[in-house]
Amino acid sequence: MRALRLPHSPKVLLGLGITVFFLLLTIVGPYLAPDSPNNTSFAPNLTPSWHHLFGTTSLGQDIFSQTLVGARATVVVALVAGLVAALLSTVVGVAAGYLGGAADDGLSLLSNVFLAIPGLPLLIVIDSYLPVNSRSNALVIGLVISVTGWAWGARVLRAQTMSLRNRDFVEAARIIGERRWRIMFSEVAPNLLPILASSLLFTVLYSIGAYVTLAYIGLTSTSVWNWGTMLFWAQANNAPLSGEWYWFVPPGVCIALVGTGLALLNFGIDEFINPRLRESGLTARQRRQRGLPRRVRLGLTPVLRDAPVRRARVMDASKVSS
Amino acid sequence: MRLILHRLGLYAITAWVAITVNFLLPRLMPGNPIQTMIGKLQSNVTPAEVRSIQLSFGGSLHSGLVHQYVTYLDQMVHGNLGVSITLSSPVSTILRGAVPWTVGLIGISTVLSFFIGTIAGALLGWTRGSRLDALIPTATFFQAVPYFFLGTVMLMIFGSELHWFPQLGAYSLNVSPSWTWAFVASALRYGELPMISIVLSSIAGWILGMRNMMITMVAEDFVLMSVAMGLPRRRVIWTAARNAILPSIANLSLAIGLVVSGALLVELVFNYPGVGDLLLNAVENEDYPLIQGIFLVITLAVLAANFIADMVYFALDPRTRTEAQS
Repeated sequence: MRALRLPHSPKVLLGLGITVFFLLLTIVGPYLAPDSPNNTSFAPNLTPSWHHLFGTTSLGQDIFSQTLVGARATVVVALVAGLVAALLSTVVGVAAGYLGGAADDGLSLLSNVFLAIPGLPLLIVIDSYLPVNSRSNALVIGLVISVTGWAWGARVLRAQTMSLRNRDFVEAARIIGERRWRIMFSEVAPNLLPILASSLLFTVLYSIGAYVTLAYIGLTSTSVWNWGTMLFWAQANNAPLSGEWYWFVPPGVCIALVGTGLALLNFGIDEFINPRLRESGLTARQRRQRGLPRRVRLGLTPVLRDAPVRRARVMDASKVSS
Repeated sequence: MRLILHRLGLYAITAWVAITVNFLLPRLMPGNPIQTMIGKLQSNVTPAEVRSIQLSFGGSLHSGLVHQYVTYLDQMVHGNLGVSITLSSPVSTILRGAVPWTVGLIGISTVLSFFIGTIAGALLGWTRGSRLDALIPTATFFQAVPYFFLGTVMLMIFGSELHWFPQLGAYSLNVSPSWTWAFVASALRYGELPMISIVLSSIAGWILGMRNMMITMVAEDFVLMSVAMGLPRRRVIWTAARNAILPSIANLSLAIGLVVSGALLVELVFNYPGVGDLLLNAVENEDYPLIQGIFLVITLAVLAANFIADMVYFALDPRTRTEAQS
């Protein structure tokens, strides 16, 4: 087992920091909130001040408290949806890639159909038929979102599994008579981990966007505070046109920051898989320390010397399409 | 040719799945929304209208499921999407008014975003390691911002504070829709801000994807070769970019669905009279026939766009043609 190395690139460290910060906020946010998000006893439309860090809504609610409390529902639903979607895509993708034949045809067709249907309209149709009381249920909403978000991961994992299936070390395991599930889990699965991690990040990212969007158009329960509901109320009360920026900017920036954190983390995974990208993530000083040329010259994309040897290869998207 | 047919088959199946989902959802979901809806209507509509709603959901609810399904498919084939409850006119008529706005808005901004983003990505990939790399976290941030939030911020800053752009709607109230220069100019002027919002939200994906491919491509021997041959720098970049662009085009058909999903909400922010605005009003009023009709039309439009993107890809990548022959 190789020791876990912290990534060198400042981009990735920043992403890690942001992600950890918001995960902590999910846990402690509701306890830190100075007021109840529903408390309407303050003066309406206060601009940000020491008493109300993010100001108050036109109903006299404290926006800072709403933002802190809203973190939990947003992140929890996104995690539920992301995990379920990642699980679905792993099962479908690995099975399709490893089994091949008719199973592959069927499963690939299934994921291609789900890729082609635009996700959000499907989500809106399904969600608008949900009974109102299950719209406030994080599990139900998470499951519905995962239905529309698993297909891309399945496709990428299938391609990677297929390319691994014919490698020599898998062939060797097959020849010495290892059982099928053992080959799948001990030989193939570890080499899928970077791709799996990256597809988990993407599904969580997608789920945050989908959940916030549903809340923004009023399709989740308005009694559950999340960042989308805050945006819903801001829009409903015409905050953008009356210049009440402090009402919708905090939740929007939080959403964007979480997304940025996850995407930057994903750069780390990309650089882990593709050594050529790794070099491009270094700062000028790190470059000097490693004895790399300051400006990269043509045809010489240096592959860092202490790079771990990986069997995983980056998929060329043009080869992935079936 | 085989690949084209393969793709067509996939999209046909997808369309069928979408139609079937539309048919099954109201029947499988708890609470029987159809009955609720008809119950809600009984008081203020004529029996003929109730009958037409039943028809659009696949005939009388007392007949068997298979019979309902066949009736439903028949209605779909004839372009009968049912009658909107709140607007009490056929869904297809309502959509005819909204679709051109959305196609114009989303079509133009997707094309702009693809071209600008790909060119920027190619240049960033070429100059990797320079100060321009600072743009990457910025682009990532913009990618993570929900479309509608960026639209809201743009509307507040450039519409309501600075008054650089008109605020809401798709054309000035002083002109009426017609093919006159005054109307087209007004429509373009009102479309600018929503378009800029959509481009800004969607461009980062193209930039980042193209940059990564370009970095990989620049290390290829043929690029080194063309520099060694003394080709002008511009030609070299072009040669590398031409090869790096293929994955971007392959991704185009996947990205269209995401861009459309995001852009639909921008219409809500700007009160733009397109399909997205219509959909969200329908959701608010629980106008199920309208919601389903819009879902179907959006899906079919996205499938058509996907197909065009696939065709472009097949035309550009010779590998797909040799594959098809073998």
